[in-house]
Amino acid sequence: MERAVHDRGGWPTDAPIDRTEHELADWEILMDAIENALEDRGVMNTDQMRRGIESMPLDQYERASYYERWLFTTEANLIDQGILAPGEIDDRVAR
Amino acid sequence: MSLPLGTTVRVSRRRHDRHHRTPGYLKGRRGRIERAHGRFLDPETRAYGGDGLPELELYLVSFDLPGGDQLLADVFEHWLEAAE
Repeated sequence: MERAVHDRGGWPTDAPIDRTEHELADWEILMDAIENALEDRGVMNTDQMRRGIESMPLDQYERASYYERWLFTTEANLIDQGILAPGEIDDRVAR
Repeated sequence: MSLPLGTTVRVSRRRHDRHHRTPGYLKGRRGRIERAHGRFLDPETRAYGGDGLPELELYLVSFDLPGGDQLLADVFEHWLEAAE
């Protein structure tokens, strides 16, 4: 049975489990705040947010950290809804 | 649909390519209804901006593992099928 990248319970692996804690960076706290504000305003619900994360391409999902996945889905959802133009964040960052 | 506690069920193995929350490792597995959590908005339509109505019953289902362990998972009613 085909499974999406996130649906990994029971996958055999020898990889060690990373149990280290890390201090949240400022951008991670901001990402959390933006996501919660969008949910409060009814722009994006939890299920839309999860769908965006769970449809990430495998290699990007594996490389991304927790809040990088939040960033991915938030950008994808806002583009879907026409609130952001494709590439708008990249253009702004490049200025 | 309302399933009494203790009912034996099987998690559906049907193919479903759209967003859903039923873990792949439970599909086709036999379990037992442990608790009815109540009715909740359907994540399968909410994931696409829908209203999630009608609400669906969510069950706590137990699955027996080798070695006497037990796994507990929440599964929506429409993923559960009758099993002997």
